[in-house]
Amino acid sequence: MTGNSNGFAVRTERVSRQYAMGEALVHAVDDVSIAVKTGEFVALLGSSGSGKSTLLNLLAGLDRPTSGAIYAHEQNLAEMSSQELAHHRSHTVGMVFQAFNLLPRMTLEENVELPLRLAEVDRAARPARVREAVERVSLAARLSHRPSELSGGEQQRAALARALVNRPTILLADEPTGNLDSVTGDAIMHLLQEINRNLQMTVVMVTHDKVRAARYAHRIITMRDGKLVTEGASDEIA
Amino acid sequence: MKLRDLTELAARNLREAVLRNSLTTLGIAVGVASLVAMLSLGVGLQELASTRLSRSGLFDAVFVTTQSNMRAFGGPSRPLAERSSTQPPRKLDDDARQQLAQIKNVVEVYPEVRFPTEVQFEGKPYMTTVAGIPASARADGAFDEMKGSFFSGPEANEAIVQIEFARDLSKQTDSLIGKELVLRYAEKQALPPDDVTPVAKHSAADDAPASGGFSLVPRELKLRIIGVVETEPATGFGGFGRGRLLIPLQIAQNLRIAQPTDMREMLRGNTGKPTYETLTVRVSSPKAVQTVEDTIKGMGFGTFSILDATKNMMLFFTVFDSLLLIFGSLALTVASLGIVNTLVMAILERRREIGILKALGAADRDVRRLFFVEAGAMGLLGGVLGVAMGWLIGRALTIGTNAYLKRQELPPIDISSIHWWMVALAIGVSFFVSLAAGMYPASRAARLNPVEALRYE
Repeated sequence: MTGNSNGFAVRTERVSRQYAMGEALVHAVDDVSIAVKTGEFVALLGSSGSGKSTLLNLLAGLDRPTSGAIYAHEQNLAEMSSQELAHHRSHTVGMVFQAFNLLPRMTLEENVELPLRLAEVDRAARPARVREAVERVSLAARLSHRPSELSGGEQQRAALARALVNRPTILLADEPTGNLDSVTGDAIMHLLQEINRNLQMTVVMVTHDKVRAARYAHRIITMRDGKLVTEGASDEIA
Repeated sequence: MKLRDLTELAARNLREAVLRNSLTTLGIAVGVASLVAMLSLGVGLQELASTRLSRSGLFDAVFVTTQSNMRAFGGPSRPLAERSSTQPPRKLDDDARQQLAQIKNVVEVYPEVRFPTEVQFEGKPYMTTVAGIPASARADGAFDEMKGSFFSGPEANEAIVQIEFARDLSKQTDSLIGKELVLRYAEKQALPPDDVTPVAKHSAADDAPASGGFSLVPRELKLRIIGVVETEPATGFGGFGRGRLLIPLQIAQNLRIAQPTDMREMLRGNTGKPTYETLTVRVSSPKAVQTVEDTIKGMGFGTFSILDATKNMMLFFTVFDSLLLIFGSLALTVASLGIVNTLVMAILERRREIGILKALGAADRDVRRLFFVEAGAMGLLGGVLGVAMGWLIGRALTIGTNAYLKRQELPPIDISSIHWWMVALAIGVSFFVSLAAGMYPASRAARLNPVEALRYE
């Protein structure tokens, strides 16, 4: 189960993910090998259907590869039980989505506390952890608000706070600015960059926005039709 | 996820779809209520029947008679050839009475004293049947609703009048209490052996030890009426004897009334020791009746108890309760389908939420348990509500029945009975049936693919 991934927060070895769609076999991710160093900010770039979100889901442990290996801190996700994958999602990675995915019936505080409940963090320690996370995204004043009472940018910041509350080492962001206007999107990107720099947190972000990817990521990995097309420093790709 | 967190999340989810979840819970409550009402009705009727019968003094009593008397009562008759001439039937005398009293679990042994005689009341003669009543009969249900009071002591010159005889004595039966009546009876007095007729002497000479005959002396005894009873207390063999005028057993025995068996015993030369037609053996508990009865049979006496009738009654009520339980369970089964439906609907509605939970680190087990807790909470709440509703239905049935009985001038009864075990059983069954109903939806929710669930709009 242990791979040779010294210095890498996450890496894949010839990973593939195929879906059966009717009688056709869709190669969503096809023989992709990537490596993301600890503390690196990587953008997965590609058009719709390129397989970037599928690859992100594989890195998150939300999906299992058809073949190949995925290592997160030297642990092969492909060989993990569903219980171990849940632990990986709870403790190793934090996720933000394009659609924010906050639970509408819960307040901001309750949404941010939810991962702590799932990780069975001691109740006494939770309020401080929630406050720490919401202060990092500057939403401490909106704790009692429900998602419907927050703007799009605030909702994404709340989702970021929720992703950070369990202090993961890897942050996986799936089109985090996709539902936001450009100003708010830039603010979120700044926040991601700040988290990456200040917390030394590895960030893997899926986007189709080449400009933002070039501006904020250290490295860009481009995908097309499930395959890795280019890989290099953001200034080189741009 | 810890149980407290699961419970909080489940409670939140239940509150979100409050109308649908309330209706589902109400469905369970109705199912449990029908189960509880049916069960309480069955148990209540069973208790009513057994209490009435046991308080009649029949359930904890064994009626003992001689083998020859038993045959007269329709007991098994052996051919003459089988009867041993060297082993005459055992006499039911004081020795036998003492032996019977020493049997384990026997509380008391007393004879049946019942005789027809004349009663003088306010100068008028009345023919009636007098019966001796032991002090232990006070606990019998027969005296629960009597007017007046029970005997003040075992040797008090007091009488309780059965209502029909009371009506013969006076139209205003209540006014009889406190008045006196005179019992006129024939006392049996033993004659010295010299006074016995030659025939009797000859008989006595043949059957040593020799004994004398007896003469009958008219006597009177003043008794104060202290109560009027509507029911007919069991006073005799098999409880079928009727007594219209009830007096303390000790008083009845002291009267030395000539009994129908006296003549037969005198002809057999057995007048030296008193013998009894029957003896009633009171047992500590109905459960001990069979053992005591077997022991008495082993002593060579004939016995009768209502045990067989009890067994049949218990069998009837077991079948009756089972049928009620089945009908009650049908409603709960239908209600459990409501839980399945509600939770399956919840999965469809909360598909994306399940995906989010899984993305945040919820294991399949957490999702399964969350749905289990929701199902269990509905079951528990439905169970508690159902027990309350079942109790109300039982009370309503009792009130309705008693209103009808009151119109018929009959005493009230309690036809439904809810015990703590029934409450625990109903809530437990409701809880576990709900968990069972939640198994399929919970497992389906746990198996949801998080990626597909997150895509769900």
